[in-house]
This record gives sequence, C-alpha cells and structure tokens, in this order.
Amino acid sequence: MFKEREVTLRLSGLEPLIVTPQSNFTNVGERTNVTGSRKFLRLIQEDDYEAALDVARDQVEGGAQIIDVNMDEGMIDGKEAMVKFLNLIAAEPDIARVPIMIDSSKWEIIEAGLQCVQGKGVVNSISLKEGEELFINQAKKIKRYGAAVIVMAFDENGQADNYERRIEICERSYRILVDRVGFDPHDIIFDPNIFPVATGMEEHNNNALDFFRATKWIKENLSGAHVSGGVSNVSFSFRGNNRVREAMHAAFLYHGIQHGMDMGIVNPTMLEVYDDIDKELLEHVEDVLLNRRSDATERLLELAEKFKGEAGQKKEKDLTWRQAPVDERLTHSLVKGITEFIDEDVEECRKQFERPIEVIEGPLMDGMNVVGDLFGSGKMFLPQVVKSARVMKKAVAYLLPYIESEKSGGRTSAGKVLLATVKGDVHDIGKNIVGVVLGCNNYEVLDLGVMVPAEEIISKAKEFNADVIGLSGLITPSLDEMVTVAKELEKSELNIPLLIGGATTSRVHTAVKIDGHYSKDQVIHVLDASRSVTVVESLLGDKKPDFITGIKSEYEKVRENHSKNRAKKVLLPLAEAQKLKQKLDWTDYKPKEPNRLGVKEIQVSTEELAPYIDWTPFFRTWELYGKYPEILDDNLVGEEAKKVFDDAQQMLSDIISENWITNKAVYGLFPANSAGDDIEIYDPQTGDKIATQHTLRQQTKKADGVPQKALSDFVAPKESGIKDYIGGFVVTAGIGVAQRVQIFEEDHDDYQSIMLKALADRLAEAFAEYLHERVRKEDWGYALNESLTNEGLINEEYKGIRPAPGYPACPDHTEKISLFKLLNATDSTGVSLTDSLAMSPAASVSGWYFGHPEAKYFGVGKIGMDQVESIAKRKNIKKEEMEKWLSPNLH
Amino acid sequence: MKDIKEILQRRILVLDGAMGTMIQRYQLEEEDFRKGWFEDHNKPLKGNNDLLSLTRPEIIKEIHAAYFEAGADIAETNTFSGTTIAQADYSLESAVYDINYHSAKIAKEVADEYTAQNPNKPRFVAGSIGPTNRTASISPDVNDPGYRAITFEELKKAYRQQTEALMDGGVDLLLVETVFDTLNAKAALFAIDEVFEERKMRLPVMVSGTITDQSGRTLTGQTTDAFLISVSHMDLLSVGLNCALGASMMRPYLQILDTNSPFGVSAHPNAGLPNEFGEYDETPELMGEQIKEFMQEGLVNIIGGCCGTTPDHIKVISDLAAKYSPRKLREYV
Repeated sequence: MFKEREVTLRLSGLEPLIVTPQSNFTNVGERTNVTGSRKFLRLIQEDDYEAALDVARDQVEGGAQIIDVNMDEGMIDGKEAMVKFLNLIAAEPDIARVPIMIDSSKWEIIEAGLQCVQGKGVVNSISLKEGEELFINQAKKIKRYGAAVIVMAFDENGQADNYERRIEICERSYRILVDRVGFDPHDIIFDPNIFPVATGMEEHNNNALDFFRATKWIKENLSGAHVSGGVSNVSFSFRGNNRVREAMHAAFLYHGIQHGMDMGIVNPTMLEVYDDIDKELLEHVEDVLLNRRSDATERLLELAEKFKGEAGQKKEKDLTWRQAPVDERLTHSLVKGITEFIDEDVEECRKQFERPIEVIEGPLMDGMNVVGDLFGSGKMFLPQVVKSARVMKKAVAYLLPYIESEKSGGRTSAGKVLLATVKGDVHDIGKNIVGVVLGCNNYEVLDLGVMVPAEEIISKAKEFNADVIGLSGLITPSLDEMVTVAKELEKSELNIPLLIGGATTSRVHTAVKIDGHYSKDQVIHVLDASRSVTVVESLLGDKKPDFITGIKSEYEKVRENHSKNRAKKVLLPLAEAQKLKQKLDWTDYKPKEPNRLGVKEIQVSTEELAPYIDWTPFFRTWELYGKYPEILDDNLVGEEAKKVFDDAQQMLSDIISENWITNKAVYGLFPANSAGDDIEIYDPQTGDKIATQHTLRQQTKKADGVPQKALSDFVAPKESGIKDYIGGFVVTAGIGVAQRVQIFEEDHDDYQSIMLKALADRLAEAFAEYLHERVRKEDWGYALNESLTNEGLINEEYKGIRPAPGYPACPDHTEKISLFKLLNATDSTGVSLTDSLAMSPAASVSGWYFGHPEAKYFGVGKIGMDQVESIAKRKNIKKEEMEKWLSPNLH
Repeated sequence: MKDIKEILQRRILVLDGAMGTMIQRYQLEEEDFRKGWFEDHNKPLKGNNDLLSLTRPEIIKEIHAAYFEAGADIAETNTFSGTTIAQADYSLESAVYDINYHSAKIAKEVADEYTAQNPNKPRFVAGSIGPTNRTASISPDVNDPGYRAITFEELKKAYRQQTEALMDGGVDLLLVETVFDTLNAKAALFAIDEVFEERKMRLPVMVSGTITDQSGRTLTGQTTDAFLISVSHMDLLSVGLNCALGASMMRPYLQILDTNSPFGVSAHPNAGLPNEFGEYDETPELMGEQIKEFMQEGLVNIIGGCCGTTPDHIKVISDLAAKYSPRKLREYV
C-alpha cells in the first residue's frame, strides 16, 4: 500500500481525495466560476450566495470530486467574493467534503482563498509568465499553505503552443519546484494548454496531438507530476453544434487519458460516451485530433453540417440498438426511458428463461442497476429516472399474469418501504417521486396515498412487514401530525426507522420536535427524493449503527444550536409589539372604493392561464435547480430541463384541447377596518360586521425603528373613520385532475401522473396571479394603468399583496375557515378543507387581498404564548387548540 | 543532545501527562497567579495557569520533575494558552513573550538535570502550542455562517510570537496540539515554517489533532485521514491525537493514522471520559490496559496523557512503553 504513495496526489476537504493511477480520471466541477457561468456570475453580483451555494452543492452531488471556484470578474470584488464564498462553503458539510480548487489569475485572490480552507486544496494556477522570482515566491507560499498547484505551460516568452515548448516549460517549472522550492512532485499538476483544433489555420492542426504527446512525456519524465486541462476549449470552432462538440470532448478525453491525463475540467452534459459516438463522426473527429490527414478539418466541417442542430434527436430515431442482444436492448430502453419496444423485448426474454420471475430478477434488474448507478454518479437526472421507472413498471405489468399463473412467490427486494402523506394533508408529488426512486432501486414500496391517519400507517406497516416508514406532508399542521405518528409508533410494537420529508419539514424540526418522541429506532429527515435511496440503503445495511450514530450526534448538535439560537432571540410581549406596529399615514391616503363590491364566481380556460405560469418552481419539483428560462441553457441540467419542459408543453396543450381541467374561482371585495390586530369585514349593503380576520403580529424583536408587523396594519383603523376595503379569494385548477391521474396510474405511468399534478399546481398559482391582476385593474380598480410582463408579475412589481393563510405572513391555517365561509367557497368552487385545513384538491390557492401601496409580504416568525392566548380569546376557541395550530410558530 | 528522530526508530517515547490536573492539587489562590509579576493587574487571573511559570515557577518545575521521575521522555511547556489571542481574555497580551520564554527555560532546566543523572535517557522539552479559543473555519454566529471571529493572518501573527519566544527559551521541539480546527493548525505551521526559515534552524514539529466524538471527525468536520492530509505539507516528527477521548475510543482513529501517516504517530488520550462531576477518574491501571493494546498492535511512536492523567498514569504507560517496539516508520518517497 505504501508503494502507491509514490504516485498519488492526496487532497482533502472534510474527507480525503486520493488520486492514484487506478482512480482513472478526476473530474473538477466548473460551474462555480464567474468567467465560465453567466448564471453563477449573476448570483454573485446579486449577492445571492445561498443560490450560489446550491450551484456548488449540485456539482458535488452530481459527482464533481473537486470544485473549482473562480471570482475573476471586473464587476465584483474578487477577493471579497472568494473569501465570503469559501467561508460559506465551510459551513456546508455536503459541499465542504470535497477539496477546493482556488482559481484566479490574481495572486492576492489566491492567497486570500488559501487562508480560508482547512483542507488541502489546489491552486489554479501559477506559471513562469512573469519570471522565476515571482514563480518561486508563490510556489513557496503555496507549499507553506499546504496546497497542490496547477502549473500552466507558460513562460516569459508566452504560452507554449507546440510540443517542444510544452515539455521545455514543464521541465523547467518542475526542476525549479522540486529542486529549489522543495515542492512535493506529487503535488504538481501541469496544464499543458488545450487549444482549439479544426480552426482552419494550419498551425493549429497539431494542437491536440501536441497536448497528448506532451502529457505522455510529462508522465514519463517528470516523476510524480500530474496532468490536467480544460477540455471544452478543444471544440471551440464548433460552438453551436453540440453533437460534434460532445463527440470531440469524449474522443479527446479518451486519448488524453490513454496518454496519462489524470484530471480535467469537463462539463458532464457536453460529453458523449466514447463507444456511443457515431462511427463515421468518430473517425472524422479522430482524424482531426490526431492530425491523421491533411484534409481532416475540411472533412469534419463538412460532416458537421449533417449534425447541426440535431443534438439528441438523431439518436432517438437511430434504431441500430435494436440489433443488439435482448438484454442490452432492455437496458437501453430502461436507461433511455423508451416504452415502445418493451412488451416485445420482455416477451422474447420470457421465452429464454424457465420462469417469468427470472426476467425481472435478471435482465430487468440489471438494467435498473445501470440506471441506479448513472443516477448515483450524477450522469442521469430525476426526470429520466422517473421515465425509466415507467418502462420498468410496464415490463413488470406485462409479466405479472405469467408470474401469477405460476404462483411462485414474489421477487426478492432490497427492502420494504411504506410511504404515506399524513392525515389532513393531500400533497403527494414529492412522496410519489420518492416512491418511484426507491422502486427503481429495487425496494418494494407500499404507498398508502394521502390523508393517512397514524393508526392506519401503523397497522399497514405491520401487515406489510415494512422495514422503513416514510412520512410526507406539505402544510405546517402536518408537522404536528408527524409528531403524532412518532408518538403512536413509540407505543406500537414496531421498531423501524421513520423518515420525514416534504416542503415544510426540516432537519431542525425533525431533530427538535420529532426525534425525542421515538426511541425505538431513528427518526431521519430526508431533504429530497434523490437522497432517499442512500438513506434507506444506510438504514438497512451493515453500516446502520455507524450511520445512526452519525445522525444522532448531528441531531444533538442541531438541538444545541437551536436552543442557543432560541435563547438569543428575544420575544417582545404582545402588548409591546402592538405599540410598535407599522404606522401607515392615513391622512393623505384615501383608499380606492372598489368598482364592484361583493362576491363573484368565475371560470377561466387553461389557455388563458397558461401565459401566467411561473415555471421556475416547476423545475424544482423535478429536482432541477435554476431559474427559468436560463435553466434551459444550463450547462449541467439544461438538456434534461428542456426535455421535461417540452413534455410539459405537450401535456399543457392536451389539457387545453381536451379540457382535462376546470379552473374555478370565487372572490369578493368588502368594506373593512382594522380593530387592533383584527380586521373587521362588513356587509357592502348593510354595513353589518359579517366576518373578522385575526392576524398575527411579529414578536421577534426587530432593530430600532423597524416595525413589528401584522397584516391588520395595512387596513385603515376603525377609529380613523376612513372607509377601507379588503378582498378574499379561492382558486382551483384541480378539478378533473384526479380522474386523469387514475388513468395514468392504471397505465403504470408515474411520469405523466407526476407531470399532471405538477402542472395543475402551477396552473393554480397562475390562476391566483391572473385573478389578482384582474382585481387590481378591474374589480377593485386601483391599478388601472398597470402594465407588467409575466416576469414583472412573478417579481411582484405591482401594488398590493395576496397573502395566503398557512404561509409566512399569516401562518394561521384556521383563518381559511372564515375565508371559505365568507365566500361560500366550497359550494362555488368544489374546494374543501381537510382536518388539517389543507385544501382539496391540492392544486388550489386561497388568500386575502390588501390594496395599500405600502402593503408588503413579511414573515410573522416566532410568537409567544401571550399572543396564542389573545388569539384564542378573540376567536373564542380553546387555548390548547390554538396552540396546536400555531405550534410551528411557537417560540 | 541525541537526535530524537533516531531514538524514535528504536523505542516508544513517553510524553508527560496533564498539567492542569496537577496544578489543581496545589489549590492555588488568586495571589499565586499574581505574585511578583501582576500584583496590580485589573482583572482576576486565577485559572490562567500559564502565568504560574512566572509567578510560581517552583510548582511548575516540581510537576515537570514528577513526570520525568515517572519516566517521561518529553515534557510539554506550560504554554497551552500562551498566545495573544488566548491571553486577551485576561488583557495579558503583553505577557506572552515572558510566559513562553520562561516556561521553556524552566522546563529545560528540569530536563537537563534528569538528562545529567542518566545520559542514556535524554529528556526533551516540547513547546506546547494550543489551539487558541477562536476558530478560523467556523462562525461563532449561527445566523451568519460566513462570519469569522479570527483570521488566518491574526492567528499566524500570534503563533509567530509564541514560536519565537519558545525557541528563545530553548525548547527541543514544537507541539501543535489539541487541533480542533485544522485551519488554526495550518496557520501555526505557516508561522513556524517562516520562523525556521528566518533563523535558518529547524526543530522537530509534532502535530496532534482532536477527534471530538465517535463520528471520527474534528470539531470542524474533517475525518482523521483528511486531517492528516491537510497537515502533511510540512515535514513532521509525528502526527497524532489527543484530548476529548479516552484511550480505547481513540484506537480506531490511531489505526487510520498508522495506515496512512508518513510520519511518526503520537497519542495522548484523556484518562477516560469525565464523570458526572466533570472529573476524569480512570485509574492508571485501567488506562494502561487500553494503551497496552495500542502497543501490541504497534500503532504508536509517542505516547502520553492528556486531561486527568497524573504521574501515576505516566508511570504505568512508561513501564509498558519499555516492553514494546515502536510503530515502524514508513518511507515517504
């Protein structure tokens, strides 16, 4: 084992990265680079470091073994940005586990970066460009900081552009570093310059070949040193022709690795599998890379025309894979998500095996393992996996009658997982995705659906003999229901792990509120679907004790931090907070009297709503992170984002042309005044009080001069004598969805079923946006001249707000009861409220309209028991009941 | 002075035990921490143990002597908090040079006496360089994870001062210990390397990290092997572990160091884990049983004790060390 040391590069983040000749190729994530990613630059410029961290996290999760961080851009303070970003990364263990490559052309930025990383990173880069003295000084410091270094083949006379210059500069650099600085040769990584080929200029013909030869020479002559490079540069001449670029990158890497290249900066989505490159294209590409013929460039340019704008399409039409043996064809169908041939291939396979079950356990599971590996290593994305699952389900469905007629026990699974959306909640997109992902990984999943009470979860878990239970929920009361399930589980005879997931769940809530109630096994928060597999795997394997020990100590820390945090946060007594309310100036402001008061029902076609869709959250549902429309051009997920977007457009046009969904709304505008923290709502004709809205006030102490807000602050106080108004609405795009979903599920098509639910959610939000605009411009009419683009709408550039009960500005779900009553919403729209006050169907939105120009969204945050008591009294319900509803907000 | 590197190949070297535990036995009062040096200082100084090297040097010498008597080869200077950063809590930044210089000097005096008594067992003094009370990789403010209470530059400056004073006082080696944040340790190593270069003189350097619990990670989240890689850029005498864990809990992480370290491996565990009164009560015999396992496995080159260990513990450890061969040093090409 110590022999290996001689040829290894050892790096570290929170965990080690050891590059040996056996480790094949180390890929460096390139997206946290402001010079290479416009998106990342924008995030840094906008100071959106949270999203910038997501970019880093995505890369690590996508398989980057090192992440390159570059802040060299004139518009930003590169040093400050580097320090801030690296410090933030240090606080994110899922990113900080990999080594950092500090990338800059400015030494002061490199040095500032080196002072922020506790692990052993890589400096990118230094060179002899400005002479030996500077080079030696920098190298010495890098050694003292404990980092490896990339050395560019660059000297006082310029960049090396042929074989001889490359080896000359690399050798000279090496000798200085090793002999004079005392640098460990294993910590030296040469970048011998990858330049474009097929540029039409003869002197560029040897660019790739010279790189390969220089790489080989370095590995043979400069003992211990490594070679890296930025691959995408080689195909620079073919910008816009991704098919050719992907082939060039793959072929370049193939030859580079053959010659000893061990590290590189590569965009994984711009990479074809070497063996999958069209044979003719490959030959032409290699002619160019290896400079095998004098007319190589012309021939590749000519052939490239054929592939222009065809990225990805030609492959689908290409049916040559149909000639492969049947097990390979099955794998192909599974990986590519093709259902077209699945029945005939499964049938062919069935005849080859003695028992139909063997088709599942053999070739189909082999294929799914390929899918699982590709997903696990970041080479496939969630929408693709869901499509693979669809193919698998169809294959199994085809075999099922044969298996049943044989009556020979079921297949062996990796484990049994029971999933349920808890009582009172109807949201299930995330849970369904988890089910699909687990199913793909050979887990047997029993999905109990939505609104499942604790007793049923427990009795079904016993019956099913579940190994793990997974709970899901979206609305805040579900958090409380999950605690109930944990308590019930503690009382039962089950002792299996409990997984918690869903949009409002969190590691903190799980650690602080749920974990303590279940001691017989571990409660674990699972952040998103793609992590569910690793978590379940860890829980069912030999490593379970280690894994649980890790989780336990992690949660212990979370609890400690939480209690420290809590101690730090000061809550004001309600009476004091009320004194600090937001005081709007009502002397100069006269609320506009709505053009039409009272309640109205409407129905709007999907076609009319479609332009109002905000697509960014749609991609998030599919775990593709990025802002629309830029996400479609994203380096890593762009291609998948485009596919899932195309599929969405297709379904949207079906929804429109075949009238799958009925979009209904009811809304009303009423005279109103605030009375303390309440808002009294009056009958437009008689002026009698017909409803009271009870709003919650911020109690977390704000800075001096910053108000402690409640929504009631935005409505004129009763004592002012000013006539003010308020509106309420309920919209749904969920009617008709369930029937369609059932059809998809009968067809084993989870992809379409999740797609439809995701679209219905988006349409409901679009409907809310559409209706709000109509109210501002027509019904209330205070914004007659407003003219905003869809982007402007999404960015809320209009006057007034529409806060929804259950969300940060009014976290109290019980407000929905009075809102629904006021509008008679259930009768007019078909939307009802569950025990936990979730709206059913799920694709529904409700809320209030506030018209004051100063009305802004805010979060109520933590509140004290005094406010709970006050609200309970005002609502005339028991304090304990109010406490239950507001528990997520209680200090 | 015999070359410590050479001795390290032949036998297991014994490091001393806890300083604080021994100081507690003297039941010192505020005046003991002021005597002759800080009579009029405006802040309470009781508990600032490093000052005792100045105010009650005879006590510190007695403790060093007790450990040498028990068989220790290496004594650590009483300078765990001897940086301007740690002394800032007492407004005694100005005392840093004296603390380190005199601590080194008195330890060296005692060591030389013992070496003179038995030249076949030369005694060494390691300048103890603690972690300070600030972390360069973690924000103390959970709401602002990008914030840092200390910078690399500030740490480097403080460690430089400490290193120079320790070297002036005549230490034989330097021990960067109780590393819970590797970035702090890297700042210390950076400073040490700079001082070495300027003085054209290098001393052997030991680095000892602290694995906080059975997650096997440092406070700042590094695994044992990542920690090792992160400090391996300097030519070290040893890399090891100390504090936080008792001997048996430390074993799996020492195995990782044993497999991967191109340097010597050291361990100075606590006397078990603290009991409900916050005291370490593992007996020398109990601790010895566990340490015997390290030695049988050939995991260590240097062994000693951290919190709660006493000359009685070191006696047991030193008797064991005499019976077993040291871990084989591996050549790093």
